[in-house]
Amino acid sequence: MRMPLFTLISIVVAIAVFMVTRLPNIEYLFVAGYTIVQYIVLATAWNILGGYCGYVNFGSAAFFALGAYSTVTLATFGLQVDELVPESLAPYFHLIFPLPIPVLIVIGGIVSGIVGFGTGYLTLRLRGAFFAIATLALSVVLATLVVNWDFVGGSGGAYVVRPGKFPGLGSYMQYLFLLMLGLAVLSVVLARWIERSRLGYGFAAIRDDEMAAEASGVPTLRLKLIATTLSGALMGMAGAPFPYYIGYLAPASAFGLEYAVNSIAMPLIGGTTSWIGPVIGTILLGTLQQVTTVTISSAVNVLLVGVLLIAFVIIAPNGIVGLVQDRLRARRKG
Amino acid sequence: MTALLQVQNLRKRFGGFVALDGINLDVQAGERLGLIGPNGSGKSTLVNCICGTLQNEQGTVHFDGQLMNGLAAHQRTHRGLSRSFQLPRPFPSMTLAENLRIPMLYTVHHRSGTPLHADNIDARCHELLQLVDLEKKARHLPGDLTQVEMRKLELARAMAAEPKLLIADEAMAGLSHAEIEDILALLMRLNQSGITVIMIEHIMTAVMSFSQRLAVLVSGRKIADGKPEDVVRDPEVVRAYLGE
Repeated sequence: MRMPLFTLISIVVAIAVFMVTRLPNIEYLFVAGYTIVQYIVLATAWNILGGYCGYVNFGSAAFFALGAYSTVTLATFGLQVDELVPESLAPYFHLIFPLPIPVLIVIGGIVSGIVGFGTGYLTLRLRGAFFAIATLALSVVLATLVVNWDFVGGSGGAYVVRPGKFPGLGSYMQYLFLLMLGLAVLSVVLARWIERSRLGYGFAAIRDDEMAAEASGVPTLRLKLIATTLSGALMGMAGAPFPYYIGYLAPASAFGLEYAVNSIAMPLIGGTTSWIGPVIGTILLGTLQQVTTVTISSAVNVLLVGVLLIAFVIIAPNGIVGLVQDRLRARRKG
Repeated sequence: MTALLQVQNLRKRFGGFVALDGINLDVQAGERLGLIGPNGSGKSTLVNCICGTLQNEQGTVHFDGQLMNGLAAHQRTHRGLSRSFQLPRPFPSMTLAENLRIPMLYTVHHRSGTPLHADNIDARCHELLQLVDLEKKARHLPGDLTQVEMRKLELARAMAAEPKLLIADEAMAGLSHAEIEDILALLMRLNQSGITVIMIEHIMTAVMSFSQRLAVLVSGRKIADGKPEDVVRDPEVVRAYLGE
């Protein structure tokens, strides 16, 4: 009964975080909190492929943006139902649209999951830097597609109007924050389950030595496809509510390099072999970024990530979790 | 009776270089076969083609009555073909016990139909580590091991897949005399428990004492196959090793 207990604790922690954030009644806390929690989802998702399997994905922004643009597409469609749908069917569509955000999250997850599967199928023969380059290329290709697609606003971007209030909760921002906390719980519980399952052992074998993994009976291609699909789906789910959060979505913000860089930097700083690593890394780096954004400037963020990454590569190549594990192991031996 | 492993007219090229040129090889169930040949004669390529790490262009590999052509390495492992690597390839981030868990979780688990229980896996891991004299280091990482221990781990992991045929690719290279005796005894015990063993080796004393039959590869061709005493006296084999 250990797994449900962990899920329960995660949910309790998420609710506690929400309640504490509500206490001071400052709207900005939800705005900042949303970004940090969103990165918990992204970093955890990246870690399923990057940390567990050892495949570095530089295209996190692409999967995130796919989720965001799925939402934009459906929201725009909802607004234009009368023009796009035969008159006789329009009333039915009005019943469904606008879609609630949880539904959009599921759709964003499915779209990104499918693209993750496809990308994996095409690129997983590549290893190391070549795989990273291929995923970066995916990001560029998708950004170009979106820029040239007028329906979702093209290069000019698209507006998604966020309702002011959510019944029972107060501001809509609080609702979005709560949804993102739910997603964070989902991704952390999933990551921890993978880690301790047969799947997790297979992933670790792939990361350590793919040829030896095959010789031991691990179906490496199938496992890598599962990883790209799950990882992509979670990133898409993280991106789906984003248009409602930001209000105006432009390709430059959805495909921003900071998503790709942060999704890599956060697990690396925290530690990639365990579910807790990305969470620690995100809370540390994400909070630091929010603080510097307010106190200094948002441009300092990038510098901060760079400096921290270099520092960690030198001091703790296996992240904070790795540092602690090494200490524990040394003590046990000593 | 058909052989456990049947290799027929196997060819493998790397660009213009013909690594294997029409190899035929039968291995009977329960047999101990030694496979020798000078460096670059194609021994490891043959192992890779049999195990699915490489795919052959021509010819067929049958194992246990099934055609192996086109099957991926892991599928062949599931059917009972297991190999150790010439240079040990442990999973460096896992403890020794976890190293052995991988083939159990993915091969034995897959084969038996009924899922293995976690306790069974743990018990089996320790049994295997005991067999190769590594149970004291069950919770260590492979990085802590000596060369001979690494080879033993490599063999233990191949055995953890509960194979019908085990291919030991130079499991003794670089080891001391006593260590070679250790590994030989281990392979002998495995064979007595019913596992067919192909041993690829340069150390002739080991090969001669272990093998019931000896096959010799030279430049991608099999030039001799028979009783070890006869094969080592074969003029063609002598020429391949010592020159004219």
